[in-house]
Amino acid sequence: MAEERRQKLCSVILPTESMKAMAESVGVGSLQEDSCLALSEEVSYRIKEIAQDALKFMHHGKRRKLTTGDIDHALKLKNVEPLYGFQSQEFIPFRFASGGGRELHFYEEKEVDLSDIINTPLPRVPLDVSLKAHWLSIDGVQPAIPENPPPVPKEQQKTDSTEPLKAVKPGQEEEGSIQTKGQGASSAEVKGSSAKMVPLKMRMKPRSTHELSVEQQLYYKEITEACVGSCEAKRAVCVCNKCYLFLFQVRVNVVQNNLALLIYLMRMVKALMDNPTLYLEKYLHELIPAVVTCIVSKQLCLRPDVDNHWALRDFAARLMAQSCKTFSTTTNNIQSRITKTFTKALLDDKTQWTTRYGCIAGLAELGHDVIKTLIIPRLSVEGARIKAVMDGPVVSNIDKIGADHVQSLLLKHCASVVAKTRPLPDMVDQYKVDYGYLGTMLCSHVVKARAQAAFQAQTVNRTTLTITQPRPTLSVSQSGLSTSSGSRAPSIIKVPSSLTLMSTRPGTPTQPSPPATKYIVMATSAGAASTQQVRSVLHIHRVHMIVHSKVISVPRILIATPGLISPNIKVFKYTFILQ
Amino acid sequence: MAAVQDGQMELDAEKETKPEILSDGTSNLSGNTASGTLSSSPLTAAPAGGAPKMEDQQTLIAVLQFLKRNKLTDSVEILRREAGLGEDQEDSQATDGSGGGKGDVDGGDANSLLSRVSITSAAAPQSVIIFHSIIFFYSYRFGKVGGADDQPDVSVVLSAYSQQGDPSLYQVYYSGLKNFIESVLDCHRAELSQLFYPLFVHMYLELVYNNHENEAKAFFEKFSGDQECYYQDDLRVLCGLTKKEHLKGNEVLLDFRTSRFVLRISRDSYQLLKRHLQERHNNQIWNIIQEHLYIDIFDGMPRSKSQIDSMSGSLAGEGKREVNKAKVFHGLLKEPEIEVPLDDEDDEAENEEGKPKKKKTKKDSLGSKSKKQDPNAPQQNRIPLPELKDSDKLDKIMYMKESTKRIRLGPENLPSICFYTFLNAYQGLTAVDFTDDSSLLAGGFADSTVRVWSVTPKKLRKVKSAADLNMIDKESDDVLERIMDEKTASESKILYGHSGPVYGVSFSPDRNYLLSSSEDGTVRLWSLLTFTCLVGYKGHNYPVWDTQFSPFGYYFVSGGHDRVARLWATDHYQPLRIFAGHLADVTCTRFHPNSNYVATGSTDRTIRLWDVLNGNCVRIFTGHKGPIHSLAFSPNGKFLASGSTDGRVLLWDIGHGLMIGELKGHTDTIYSLKFSRDGEILASGSMDNTVRLWNSMKAFDEVETDDFTATTGHIHLPDNSQELLLGTYHSKSTPVTHLHFTRRNLLLAAGAYNSQ
Repeated sequence: MAEERRQKLCSVILPTESMKAMAESVGVGSLQEDSCLALSEEVSYRIKEIAQDALKFMHHGKRRKLTTGDIDHALKLKNVEPLYGFQSQEFIPFRFASGGGRELHFYEEKEVDLSDIINTPLPRVPLDVSLKAHWLSIDGVQPAIPENPPPVPKEQQKTDSTEPLKAVKPGQEEEGSIQTKGQGASSAEVKGSSAKMVPLKMRMKPRSTHELSVEQQLYYKEITEACVGSCEAKRAVCVCNKCYLFLFQVRVNVVQNNLALLIYLMRMVKALMDNPTLYLEKYLHELIPAVVTCIVSKQLCLRPDVDNHWALRDFAARLMAQSCKTFSTTTNNIQSRITKTFTKALLDDKTQWTTRYGCIAGLAELGHDVIKTLIIPRLSVEGARIKAVMDGPVVSNIDKIGADHVQSLLLKHCASVVAKTRPLPDMVDQYKVDYGYLGTMLCSHVVKARAQAAFQAQTVNRTTLTITQPRPTLSVSQSGLSTSSGSRAPSIIKVPSSLTLMSTRPGTPTQPSPPATKYIVMATSAGAASTQQVRSVLHIHRVHMIVHSKVISVPRILIATPGLISPNIKVFKYTFILQ
Repeated sequence: MAAVQDGQMELDAEKETKPEILSDGTSNLSGNTASGTLSSSPLTAAPAGGAPKMEDQQTLIAVLQFLKRNKLTDSVEILRREAGLGEDQEDSQATDGSGGGKGDVDGGDANSLLSRVSITSAAAPQSVIIFHSIIFFYSYRFGKVGGADDQPDVSVVLSAYSQQGDPSLYQVYYSGLKNFIESVLDCHRAELSQLFYPLFVHMYLELVYNNHENEAKAFFEKFSGDQECYYQDDLRVLCGLTKKEHLKGNEVLLDFRTSRFVLRISRDSYQLLKRHLQERHNNQIWNIIQEHLYIDIFDGMPRSKSQIDSMSGSLAGEGKREVNKAKVFHGLLKEPEIEVPLDDEDDEAENEEGKPKKKKTKKDSLGSKSKKQDPNAPQQNRIPLPELKDSDKLDKIMYMKESTKRIRLGPENLPSICFYTFLNAYQGLTAVDFTDDSSLLAGGFADSTVRVWSVTPKKLRKVKSAADLNMIDKESDDVLERIMDEKTASESKILYGHSGPVYGVSFSPDRNYLLSSSEDGTVRLWSLLTFTCLVGYKGHNYPVWDTQFSPFGYYFVSGGHDRVARLWATDHYQPLRIFAGHLADVTCTRFHPNSNYVATGSTDRTIRLWDVLNGNCVRIFTGHKGPIHSLAFSPNGKFLASGSTDGRVLLWDIGHGLMIGELKGHTDTIYSLKFSRDGEILASGSMDNTVRLWNSMKAFDEVETDDFTATTGHIHLPDNSQELLLGTYHSKSTPVTHLHFTRRNLLLAAGAYNSQ
């Protein structure tokens, strides 16, 4: 402690070289070393003095950041003419250069062409100060409206879930604000505190049965309705209200074979995953079985021959891959466990085509390495199986469709991997030997993929990558969902006009605007990107957009019954099952 | 009375340090003289320099008498020495020297002088200004002596520093003392450890003063790590200071030189220390203790480490015990009786609403409550207060009506919080205030503007122009409505006038005026009828950090970088009182609910309570470890809450002058504090984007203020912040700048959204 402090307090003095440099800049050629030393000490002292005064202005300006304005005011206090001509910018771009053992920070002054300034259109007039009111708390409970921050910060959720029994001494001093509150609550709990503390307690407590008030039940109903209902906007709000969703709905719906609901639920899972404020780790054990169910279930809809449950499987597979990427750690080992599950099902001869499709999709989404080690060796076996179905006389229509889908899925995923790993030339015969029944078709796909890649190489070089992709599954390139004819890499990034419209936010940024790079909407150059993909992206986009505009119907749900707005909706899941 | 001395002495110091202010003060004075209103007073003429010798002397004697009457013996001594007056001379002159303006002033005692500060009296301005000019003159004299030739001054104050020992032995001395203190019994160690910091600073300064730069640096390096962490800010200043030349003009140093660091030590510990130093013949340290420290010795048990820590931290040590002994009338003033015709009107209004009689009984109970005189309440006319206007009475009735609908708050019943977020303020919001009836909101901005919003559907309207006003039928009942110009109705109005960031805003209780204080050194009074500036009050030459209207209007207080708080009346362009004594910037100023006292918080980490009547400092509260940025009186006037940059809220019992509670939880500067209307809940808003609610009732109830603690000033603070914390409400990246309880106990919060 003392060490640290001493380090902080050690008096820094400007180097004498700086004095020399400054003297030269005002025309004093040769400055004695002694004078330099004396000057530098004096200057350092004065600068510190001014900085200390400037801090006062910062404090009174109720800011955390010292601005050039503060320094101007401090200079004025000392009766020094403030610096003119410097705009008080948020950020002053000092540049750093070193060479010959000397380090230099300098402020780069660019030459500006006057005509450029004259010709540039005037910037938009900044918005005027305005006032907006919202409820920070209603009868002591903070409503979960967009104006308020998420009820519990992620770190807190993490500590709660990982160390639920962490012993805390009451009154023990700790930094985290919520933390202290939590302690307060828990210590109060021990003493059997008043009923009013309940909402706070519930937030902190490890799971246990809770009774739901009528309002909470109502709220739950509203949310589920919103989630599975037709109103997209409402769903977005609910999802972003951090309702911890309850995935046995999935189980229920699988039993009921309700495809539409399942799709909605999967999308909700996706929205949950994309929500940076949630700490989902706690709920993985609920989430993953549900998602896996949607991938590999034998039957997901009432009429498997007509309904497009394949899309659902694809989507769920992608979700799975995403969760593997985000949540897989050495301790929970999600990825390997999932892979094992899929492989086991795949190796089983009796597996249905639907399940088989799901397994392959699930594996394929996990990446090229998985495809290479687990799927490609199986190609000939699967090929034989497909052939049996296709050519065999006595098969049901369902099996045939299944086999067909599996075939195209295999081709789609394998082609790219093969194209990368297999050396040229692509001989059809050789392919047949290696991959059996599927060899011929694979060969043609590989050729196509190679051509595409070559074409891409030419164009991609020019469009410098302006995209950041925080969530790999969002991008078309890695989704593997692009149709076999479509291009594989994102070549042109454009925001569809409809989306642009939505992203213009109203002029009152109560909430931080979502970082623009985060939700880039992409379309493949071929324009033939799978609609599913775009839709899911769009969905995410809209989720965020809507929350930031204020067109939401929250007040209707929330304000009407202030008591129920407690942020601990997660408790519902333990007592409540949707019909 | 010791406090008074203190205050005045430091006023001297103040003026010595800032000769600029002085010259300005005098120029103001001579300006007065020139303007003719006060030219008859020889007092003001004297400092202007043109007065004949005899008159000058008479003036001096007058001042001396005034000082004597107020028992400012030290100052009398100094003044007499400066002026070369003999005591007998003064006495002889005093008998016949009571003519002219000064005679008036001297003739009456302080009370009669003040009683002339009535609002209606035409003579009032003069007497006040005369009174005031005494202070000015007095300080001018000293300022001139000090300011004209700085060298002797420095040598006087630092005389102890010049009798230097061997610089190389300083480290030995200090570590010798350190070893001694570490080896004494535990019960004494905590107390004696208090010595470390002041000794360290003074020894370091001595080394610097005597040009032993290297020894000073080594000394600092070696021992700075041992100091308590709450002195770190000062240490940072100190470490930059390595040359004798720097000693001049450094504020922190001046504080150290001019004020003695106060330590409270039990007699046993003190004896122990004394014996040790005498045995070792450690004169160096002994000299410093005698010259620069004030050791407040008490009989009884030595204090524990935690007791000491809770009270220390201020720039100049703890307050002396006797400082907090003065009687403070912290009770509330009697509620004025509302006249009968208005009552009838009120009842009629009630009848229309279909609630007959109910109101009447309420009123009676309220009336009877106010009739019972609080023994701690000041005299009703101790400070002349403005008479109630009809509109004020109407407002009082509204207030009573609203208060019957007030929600009783408590730990079971927390208030709802409505947050007013300023959008697009671009980091510029610096101050906020609500009117008492919560209808208007004012914001001060870094771009020098003040903006006023109406938060009710009623829009803001200006008064019509003079020409249009002439056309109105002045006899009509709704004349007040008719004078307003509908064309100007808007939700917000901007007030332009300041030339620097606006750091404080305050509405007058009658909602007709708004005060704003700014970096440009002025306090401005704005009319909310015309939305124009009425007066610019000049006096602070440096940024004015805060200003606030008295709860009864008319008076207001301001405090700024010049380390003084000033009391003003709206119709005087000179301050009525100058509260000098803080050792650093006055950061916040608050009126006591009975308007007889003013509390100021400062960067020197102390809170002072000043008596408006005589300008005395009646309380010094130490214990904060950072600059104080918010203050709040409890509605009953008994308690004071203060918040500082260290993120702690401290609670004080004004009557006993004791710290009674510490509320920990915030992680950043607390910029606003407010008690609920009934005082059960304390709300605090901070830079850490939270509003916290505390159970103030419990905090106050749990205090046992027996006679023993009251006399010794030893406090045992229960560490129960967590139990007292009732709720924490996070905003989304919006620091809480202001809090306000509506008359029905809804909590309003305000702050600017910070987009980073």
